[in-house]
Amino acid sequence: MKEQELLVNDLVVRFSNVNGTGSASANEMFAKSIFRMGIPVTPKNIFPSNIQGLPTWYEIRISEKGYLGRRAGIDLLVGVNPQVLRRDIDSVRPGGYFVYDSSKKLYDEFIRDDINYIGIPMISLAMGEYESARLQQLFKNIIYVGAVATLLDVEIDVVKEVIAEQFAKKPKLIEPNYKALQLGIDAVKENYSYPLNVRVERRDKVGDSILIDGNTACGLGAIYAGATVMAWYPITPSTSVAKAFETYCKKLRVDPETGKKQYAFIQAEDELAAIGMVIGATWNGARSFTATSGPGVSLMNEFIGLSYFAEIPVVLINVERGGPSTGMPTRTQQADLISSAYASHGDTKHPLLFPSTPAECFEHTVKAFDLADRLQTLVMLISDLDLGMNNHMSPPLKWDDDKKYDLGKVLSAQDLEEMEKPFGRYLDVDGDAIPYRTIPGTHPTKGSFFTRGTSHDEYAKYSELGEVYLRNVDRLAQKWETAKTLVPQPEFYQKENRSDIGMLFFGTTTYAAMEAMDLLEAEGIVLDSIRVKAFPFHAQVEDFIEKHKQIIVVEQNRDAQFRSLLINEMDLDPVRLLSVLNYDGTPITALTIKSQIEKHMAVAM
Amino acid sequence: MSYVKPLFHHPSLKKNKVGYVKADYEGVISTLCAGCGHDSISGAIVQACYEISLEPHRLAKLSGIGCSSKTPTYFLSNSHGFNSVHGRMPSITTGANMANKELIYLGVSGDGDTASIGMGQFVHAIRRNLNMVYIVMNNGCYGLTKGQDSATADFGSISKAGSDNPYQGIDLAGLALELNATFVGRSFSGDKSQLVPMIKAAMAHPGFAFLDVISPCVTFNNNKGSTKSYSHVRAHIEETSIFDFVPHQEALTVEYDKGTSKELELFDGSKIQLSKLAPEWDPTDRFSAVNRLHEAKANGQILTGLYYINTESEDLHGKLGTVDQPLNKLQQEALCPGSEKLEEINASFR
Ligand SMILES: Cc1ncc(C[n+]2csc(CCOP(=O)(O)OP(=O)(O)O)c2C)c(N)n1
Ligand code: SF4
Ligand SMILES: [Mg+2]
Repeated sequence: MKEQELLVNDLVVRFSNVNGTGSASANEMFAKSIFRMGIPVTPKNIFPSNIQGLPTWYEIRISEKGYLGRRAGIDLLVGVNPQVLRRDIDSVRPGGYFVYDSSKKLYDEFIRDDINYIGIPMISLAMGEYESARLQQLFKNIIYVGAVATLLDVEIDVVKEVIAEQFAKKPKLIEPNYKALQLGIDAVKENYSYPLNVRVERRDKVGDSILIDGNTACGLGAIYAGATVMAWYPITPSTSVAKAFETYCKKLRVDPETGKKQYAFIQAEDELAAIGMVIGATWNGARSFTATSGPGVSLMNEFIGLSYFAEIPVVLINVERGGPSTGMPTRTQQADLISSAYASHGDTKHPLLFPSTPAECFEHTVKAFDLADRLQTLVMLISDLDLGMNNHMSPPLKWDDDKKYDLGKVLSAQDLEEMEKPFGRYLDVDGDAIPYRTIPGTHPTKGSFFTRGTSHDEYAKYSELGEVYLRNVDRLAQKWETAKTLVPQPEFYQKENRSDIGMLFFGTTTYAAMEAMDLLEAEGIVLDSIRVKAFPFHAQVEDFIEKHKQIIVVEQNRDAQFRSLLINEMDLDPVRLLSVLNYDGTPITALTIKSQIEKHMAVAM
Repeated sequence: MSYVKPLFHHPSLKKNKVGYVKADYEGVISTLCAGCGHDSISGAIVQACYEISLEPHRLAKLSGIGCSSKTPTYFLSNSHGFNSVHGRMPSITTGANMANKELIYLGVSGDGDTASIGMGQFVHAIRRNLNMVYIVMNNGCYGLTKGQDSATADFGSISKAGSDNPYQGIDLAGLALELNATFVGRSFSGDKSQLVPMIKAAMAHPGFAFLDVISPCVTFNNNKGSTKSYSHVRAHIEETSIFDFVPHQEALTVEYDKGTSKELELFDGSKIQLSKLAPEWDPTDRFSAVNRLHEAKANGQILTGLYYINTESEDLHGKLGTVDQPLNKLQQEALCPGSEKLEEINASFR
């Protein structure tokens, strides 16, 4: 085997565990320690739809250059799950390292001659130190953390600091954890030369970034946006949005004097009820939202149409997972784009926001509430499992104390008193196709109206007359035009256009796309890039497409759904749009993008 | 098409305590079939709201889809209304109630709307003791889709087309009792003297108040052999008691014999007076109510009146521990934790 060249701060470490064994928190502490050393990290949890006993992986990409997408090729793998030993060993790149529990012998059939083996007697060490099987299991995790930290030259003081913070509320556990850590450290020091040539080294590359998952940021965004009613039904990968909302509400939204809550948090009987509750609450003047994933959105479709047609603001956080049907509930995809954009029967369309970082999850959740209230319609925040459930290095969450909620056109009792003409719930008074609404209980005799999903006139009266129906739905189409002026603008990655090829992407594809730009540029391939942040498409998106002969749309589904949306909404010639697709359930990589683009170039361009 | 009624008030029409005449509680003219039971129930709602001097904007009326669910347009034009989607009125009402605990929520549904497509939401609203009045206008069929049997159609009941129903009927009041709903009663659209006070009492009840009101469909289910026809109901009706509702601060007018009468005080000080009680039934004892209902059924009777009331229930807001002020009145200053707090939160993720 060739000697490993020195490789600093550019590696992928993977932990292979059995789920339900407490490994997640040990692995997270390991990732956080490297982050604390000022080096960008991207951890990813690869887990099964199961509670205990199945394989789970935790992968950390460490990249001094700040590449936050997934990268294929594993430099060091800690394999403590006998069920998948073969697979794990095979997944290590040639020349890489396999760290295993040497309490049991590794049989010859598992020996590859092109990788390095490092045996640490993890469970034997744990059994020598702890009585109960549960503790042995838990501390075994910390033992391997100590060993790998030593091998990769992670600063032990930093690991200890992270452990101390983790157990700040249970200080009795700190010492035993340190002890376990030391067992792992010693096991390496006594038997192997360390650190390895693959290693980390302190840098100052993370600035004021935070390490947070998108769902937590969405939950916090909803609190900052003033949501008071949250209704939901458990489903992976959106559950932790609800959990974050509740956890932080308990800290931030309880009246200190009375102990009473300034929020209502309801686990509904299903997703139909969840969105029904949200519609009822916003109809009645509270900011309210729900969070769900694939199957849940499918169930909500009837109500989504009601909110569109009756013009009731709704915020829906849609954390996509692998479909169709129950699909791959714990894997990631961007495959609910068409079904979200045009959800429900009849002519319907809904604004969508596409955050790509946790900071944007926060910002766009707040934006979603303002947009929903301003446009009086349902707004979906489209996240995915990768963004929602994995920690990401992200700019800090930002709040401007001068910002005022945009609650849209709501009439007060005084407004109603002063009105000269009779109130018409669906009258376009201002010419922007957005009518005024009233909240129940506002005025004893003025402003009441009847909300309905049936066809209605400007005064909310039932009508099946063709002309009345047309006036209403054509106004809704005009409101869509208003929406285009209010949604976030796209982001560009060049000062001015340099190429007649444009790459277009959105959401979590961003990390890999940005890395791909560098990879392509290194080979002399220059293209322009645009990141779309919202549907309907902003005029700048249309302009970018117009200015490029060929557009490459990068997305994570089989059917190129985003490409279809572009073609459909802008009446584009399909020939002009090529696709880069990734839909195996793992986050897209820069190499995938690069190689698919190169293939396109060889053929079409 | 809806028609607006001429707003002509006869000068002699008496104003109630809050200054409204009865017509102020009416809605647009009904487009239901002449003689439809649902219209009588709408009338009873108008009467009840007028008599308790409710300010119309203190109430929100909500419904699902069906002939029955159309009725909210036919009463209380000065109240906000919401005709939602089929079977989902309870969730809309739950959200609305969470946003503002101060309004009265009147939900109207049909037997199809509740006992089939909306069964899930119905039982969960009971489970949460949502503070609302839930009226099912029960005609044993799907009126709006032209008369198919509903899940409340009794076993053996004969449809207009002549076939007898092979399935067990779902007794919604019995089910509500079983699920521990905190106010359960049954009435008949043709018995205003009972229905009006029952609606008033249901509105005063600070929890889930369920009224199953038998409401014949004259067009599709009023034929011979139907157990939901006017004549069948009239011939088999049996009342739990004579029911009267006395609002807060009003004196009881009639004295009844001790032993066969009972007086219950509600949370807001109003009273329910029951007389001619059946022996072995106590409206505050759920088991006796269940027995009374089963007994009546075994005798082929349709039992109406109040079945059960729990005067000390905790509603959903109580269970969740929400603040006294309605959530929809909380302003940004109270709701948004601000940038300093967010900095602390950021720091916890470094
Ligand atoms: C999802 C859905 N399925 C079916 C219908 C058609 N539909 C309208 S009303 C109704 C039944 C109404 O029956 P019920 O609730 O008993 O009301 P009634 O008309 O008898 O008063 C049905 C099936 C619908 N509106 N929505
Ligand atoms: S069809 Fe039946 S339920 Fe519907 S309006 Fe006519 S009588 Fe009433
Ligand atoms: Mg019916």
